[in-house]
Amino acid sequence: MIGLVVNPVAGLGGSVGLKGTDGLVEQARALGAVPHAHERAALALRQLPPDLPIACAGGDMGETSMLLAGREPTLVVGAAIDGTQSTAADTCAAVAALAAAGVELILFAGGDGTARDVCSTVGDTIVALGIPAGVKIQSATFAQSPRAAGELAAAWYVGRRRERVAEVVDLDDSGMAHGRVGPRLYGALRVPLGPGLVAGTKSPSNDEDQATVSGIADRVAERTQGTTLLLGCGTTLAAVGAALGLQTSLLGVDLVRNGAVVVHDGSEAELLAALTDDGADIVVTPIGGQGFVLGRGNQQLSPAVLRRAGIGRLTVVATPAKLAALGGRPLLVDTGDEATDSELRGWHKLVTGYDEETIYRVE
Amino acid sequence: MTAQFQQARWNEPLLSDIGTPGERGFIPSAPEAEIVARVPDTLSGIPASFQRAEPPRLPEVAQPQLMRHFMRLSQETMGNDVAVDFGLGTCTMKYSPKVNEHLVRLPEVSGLHPLQHVDTVQGILEILWRLEQMLCAISGLDRFTLQPPSGSAAVYTNASIVRAYHRSRGEGEQRNEIISSIFSHPCDQSGPYSAGYKIVQLYPGPNGYPEVDALKAALSDRTAGIVITNPEDTGIYNPHIKEFTRLVHEAGGLCVYDQANANGMMGIARAKEAGFDLCHFNMHKTFSSPHNGMGPAMGASGVREDLVRFLPAPVVEKRGDRFELDWNRPDSIGKIRSFVGNAQIAVRSYSWILALGPDGIREVAETAVLNANYLAALLREVPGMSQPFPTSNTPLEQFRWSLEGFKEETGVGSSDLSRNLSDYGLQPVFTSHHPYLVPEPITPEPAESFSKDDLDTFGNAFLDIARRAQADPDDVINGPYNNACRRIDAAALDDPDRWVPSSRAERTRNRTPVKGD
Repeated sequence: MIGLVVNPVAGLGGSVGLKGTDGLVEQARALGAVPHAHERAALALRQLPPDLPIACAGGDMGETSMLLAGREPTLVVGAAIDGTQSTAADTCAAVAALAAAGVELILFAGGDGTARDVCSTVGDTIVALGIPAGVKIQSATFAQSPRAAGELAAAWYVGRRRERVAEVVDLDDSGMAHGRVGPRLYGALRVPLGPGLVAGTKSPSNDEDQATVSGIADRVAERTQGTTLLLGCGTTLAAVGAALGLQTSLLGVDLVRNGAVVVHDGSEAELLAALTDDGADIVVTPIGGQGFVLGRGNQQLSPAVLRRAGIGRLTVVATPAKLAALGGRPLLVDTGDEATDSELRGWHKLVTGYDEETIYRVE
Repeated sequence: MTAQFQQARWNEPLLSDIGTPGERGFIPSAPEAEIVARVPDTLSGIPASFQRAEPPRLPEVAQPQLMRHFMRLSQETMGNDVAVDFGLGTCTMKYSPKVNEHLVRLPEVSGLHPLQHVDTVQGILEILWRLEQMLCAISGLDRFTLQPPSGSAAVYTNASIVRAYHRSRGEGEQRNEIISSIFSHPCDQSGPYSAGYKIVQLYPGPNGYPEVDALKAALSDRTAGIVITNPEDTGIYNPHIKEFTRLVHEAGGLCVYDQANANGMMGIARAKEAGFDLCHFNMHKTFSSPHNGMGPAMGASGVREDLVRFLPAPVVEKRGDRFELDWNRPDSIGKIRSFVGNAQIAVRSYSWILALGPDGIREVAETAVLNANYLAALLREVPGMSQPFPTSNTPLEQFRWSLEGFKEETGVGSSDLSRNLSDYGLQPVFTSHHPYLVPEPITPEPAESFSKDDLDTFGNAFLDIARRAQADPDDVINGPYNNACRRIDAAALDDPDRWVPSSRAERTRNRTPVKGD
């Protein structure tokens, strides 16, 4: 059975020029925003075979889209929710109810905020796929279009079920107060694997290639064997940890020494305390579509930590898909310290495969 | 404009599924008694372990059914003799004159065997030698090998020569990096990679080609060389190419020019003057031999004087009036493939170059560039079509543009638009090699052999499809309508579990294996 949950207010903000909808629903409505998440979800539903069983959340969180698509739900979980009243908590509750009902794949219509809610509720225990309906779509958990979402879900359901791990990225609201808004990694979902369908990047050929990720991981692991290592966040760097035989954190910064994780998901202070005069190799990867490698989502790697480790020992790794998604824009650093940033700017030799490096500009 | 093409649509089974057991297409006469008497048992000389217990399960089909089968399949394909076929940019689908097909079917060519004594093949050796002289003149380099059977094999050959060169200087271990660019043909990375090199990639700068400073950042004492195309896949020419080759030489590396597709350049500019030490040409992309569907091809690798000793053996040498094969090449990288090159490809290319002469070769390049720029002017009218590097110079023989704006507006992408071209009797247009740096890309390459009418037909069809997509996106997303098949399941292309490379694999995977499998 496939489960459907729709964030009925997704995309509201964008239609009236807001940067998102999270916490801004009333403001968006006041500006005249009209919801369209139902239609986008219905478009995806129309791609599913007619006999495929579908469970959905009640009211505007699923049933309405089913009706629009002319589909009879196999099962409705939870009470009918009025779209004008729906909150993130409702999304989480609906996802939990669908999981409890035993769905094998959760289709969720929304944006990055919705992906976060799904991720925080089920993590990678159930396969999930986003129908793009929100304002912000930076996460690689969404199909390229509602139609593509339906096609990919159907192909996964009836075919050989292959999946990959995809990052959930959203704006980091904690930096808001300091004016340093940027993407942050919030976790990872297991999404159906199919060429040309999962977006997160702009093109069908730029699907993250698992073989490339393990190639990068093996190369970095070989190169840093025996050194002290500061490992940033993201699935690519989690793969580096795995290649070293370690369980490192997906969302945080780890310090690895003598083949063991010394600091797991450490704060700036913890990392500083664990660093010695020998410094450390620093390995980071861009998070989200803007190309930030330092200063967004990994502020623990502060100017002080970078200096203590050795600024010249920074290695940026990236899959060619991630670089392609930048559309020629440079990678970015914004550590908050101009002197540090200016030392980091310039041409870097990125690790982009087991035996492949890429010369790329950091600004 | 209305679609004007209707392709045959046959529900044709696999060859292994037609015919009946015992059916034969041809029954040879029994050997004569005298032969049977002299060779009583032909199998006795073959060890038992090499002999099949069961005969192979070959198709059992009579000739008329077999003929129909392949004719039907041919009716379900597109190609240069059926459709205007210039969509496949970077591959150059130019016309191959039929007169050259007559030449290669002459018994003097078709009856050749590569193991004949050189005294009996002076003619083809002379053609190989003369073709080599022509390629030297076109590139400015000193010697060529015609041995590599494809463009990628030629890149591998050149990477192997680069390695042999550094080894001969005691730097083989240290210099283990080859620099390339992401818009070069992917074999410029995979060829050196197969030869054991690490690859250092350059991304395009704001004008679409790599920046000199990026190259400087890539160079080190580990640099073995650079392997690039110019113009790259985008059709954009890097005007700093001499600075590139100078810097690579200064760092101790060699410069390898991928001129597989030399259609924008030949007769106008040469590898030598741009500072390259090696280059290669694809005979099918540039010199009009057919593509042959992954079949026998020729990638000619050329080198400057001091690298000649590394060329694969044998090479054709002219001694007096006589042509010989020189196998005694102690510094050679060895053989890339047996013998001296595909004779039929050489004959076609030799004939093509001879028919054109130096002025004609130049005119080919000029016409190819003119055609590309005329087509670009037509396609500029497509709403939402954009040129990804607007500040770049005029494209040469091909161009990679983006339909990202169109996709955002209509939800219809470049591959959807492209697919529908076949409804108009046109070959679909190539999108891009991977990864897609240019979103929603198209890469057409109207080589010299297409007329202004062909270009107009293509441009009008593209505009018509775009208009249809604006009016009704689903109309185009669901197309084409007049072809043997409409949309294929792209997911299968990425799933080894669903590939079936042979009828035996198909039987093994999908059915119970039978004896003889």
